[in-house]
Amino acid sequence: MVDELGARLKTYEGRAAAVAGRGKDPVNEPMIRHWCEAMGDTNPAYAGPDAVAPPTMLQAWTMGGLSGYTGRTGRTGAYDELFDLLDEAGCTSVVATDCEQEYLRPLRPGDEVTFDAVIESVSDRKTTKLGTGYFVTTRMDVRVGPDLVGTHRFRILKYAPAHKKGNGKERREGKREGVRARRPRLVVNRDNAGFWEGVQRHQLLIQRCTDCGTLRHPWLPGCNACGGPDWDTVEASGEGTVYSYVVMHHPPFPAFDPPYAVGLIELAEGVRIVSNVVGVPYDKVRMGLPVRLEFQRYDDEDGPLVLPVFRAQEDREGGAG
Amino acid sequence: MTAEAPVRVKAGDELPPLEIEITRTLIVAGAVASRDYQDVHHDAEAARQKGSPDIFMNILTTNGLVGRYITDHFGPGATLRKVAIRLGAPNYPGDTMVLTGRIEETDGDTATVRVLGANGIGRHVTGTVTVTVPTGHEVTASTSEAGE
Repeated sequence: MVDELGARLKTYEGRAAAVAGRGKDPVNEPMIRHWCEAMGDTNPAYAGPDAVAPPTMLQAWTMGGLSGYTGRTGRTGAYDELFDLLDEAGCTSVVATDCEQEYLRPLRPGDEVTFDAVIESVSDRKTTKLGTGYFVTTRMDVRVGPDLVGTHRFRILKYAPAHKKGNGKERREGKREGVRARRPRLVVNRDNAGFWEGVQRHQLLIQRCTDCGTLRHPWLPGCNACGGPDWDTVEASGEGTVYSYVVMHHPPFPAFDPPYAVGLIELAEGVRIVSNVVGVPYDKVRMGLPVRLEFQRYDDEDGPLVLPVFRAQEDREGGAG
Repeated sequence: MTAEAPVRVKAGDELPPLEIEITRTLIVAGAVASRDYQDVHHDAEAARQKGSPDIFMNILTTNGLVGRYITDHFGPGATLRKVAIRLGAPNYPGDTMVLTGRIEETDGDTATVRVLGANGIGRHVTGTVTVTVPTGHEVTASTSEAGE
């Protein structure tokens, strides 16, 4: 498949990103001090009458700041166009990935920096953990008067975010700091109330037909094998294996964090129950995986919720017998 | 002021680790001190809209911290020549980054140090710093030897 956008982006390689840009401020002591305070850098070389600027501040002297890359920063139309193309294609997010700087001589208060930058390369389309987009590499020469004082190669990824979890509303409701999204509540009725009462006591109860002895789950008013209406319960040992499973990616639900595995667990007693498989990455869940019952408590604004879940056990090749 | 204690500079030597608490204040102060007003470095809600769980440290701050790590070790007489870094796992508030370094090679009074900054979710930064060390330090001319 031909990446038409990629081909178009490539035509920007070699074009200027900034021409005869000028730093908005001369190298100065207050900005150096603020930098050192932020970094916790107490190097005496950066203070006093013979102070030099921390070399790693190189890029800071070229930044547009709150007022942006206007006027004297020398930002070119080509660079803006390249970014517009990427924005239009949905690659609206930016993250810096690489910074390579060389320092040829120290900068001192009073130095006025100028700079020129070139779009060195635009990568092919890349899919990363963050999303799909393009790496854009620029190289900048920083000067004071005629002297080259430093070079600065900078690579960013401009990308379309991969897994936005739901829409903005869901995120605000569901992922807000300190507030747990509400999990679905139990649906308790006359037929299954005994099961959930058992769960509250950390017992997983299986129904047993008192006429024919057949075990059943989930709880039902009558026996599927003989039709008998009478039953009692046996407590599950808690041992089981993954009989089957699915991995949920979509749709997202605020209380859950996809992808996650939902298992159909075959209990040692022979009945099967749907629940979460925990203690193992979703992509490591396999049929036959040994699991053991545990009870997990979830707290949210509706109060505590106790649920049976199944924790993956150490690989026991050949089975437990 | 007392004279700087000489630092032994020899390929294969490890620098003592430096722990940096990644606070919201550090992230914002670093962004502002580096004149970087991208909202993802100070506005948590805007960061979430862009698919990030929280604000995260900008590359200029990481660069500054890596520079500090090296000059803290080699002393105020040391001069940074090159700093090349690559970012991986973001530095989010509440995390801790531990910087470690190893001298890869020495050439005259200049050492090349490989730096790693690991946080709770992975490698935040990997990089290479070239630094000229002040005279008086014992530089053992060598390249990195295998098997250490």
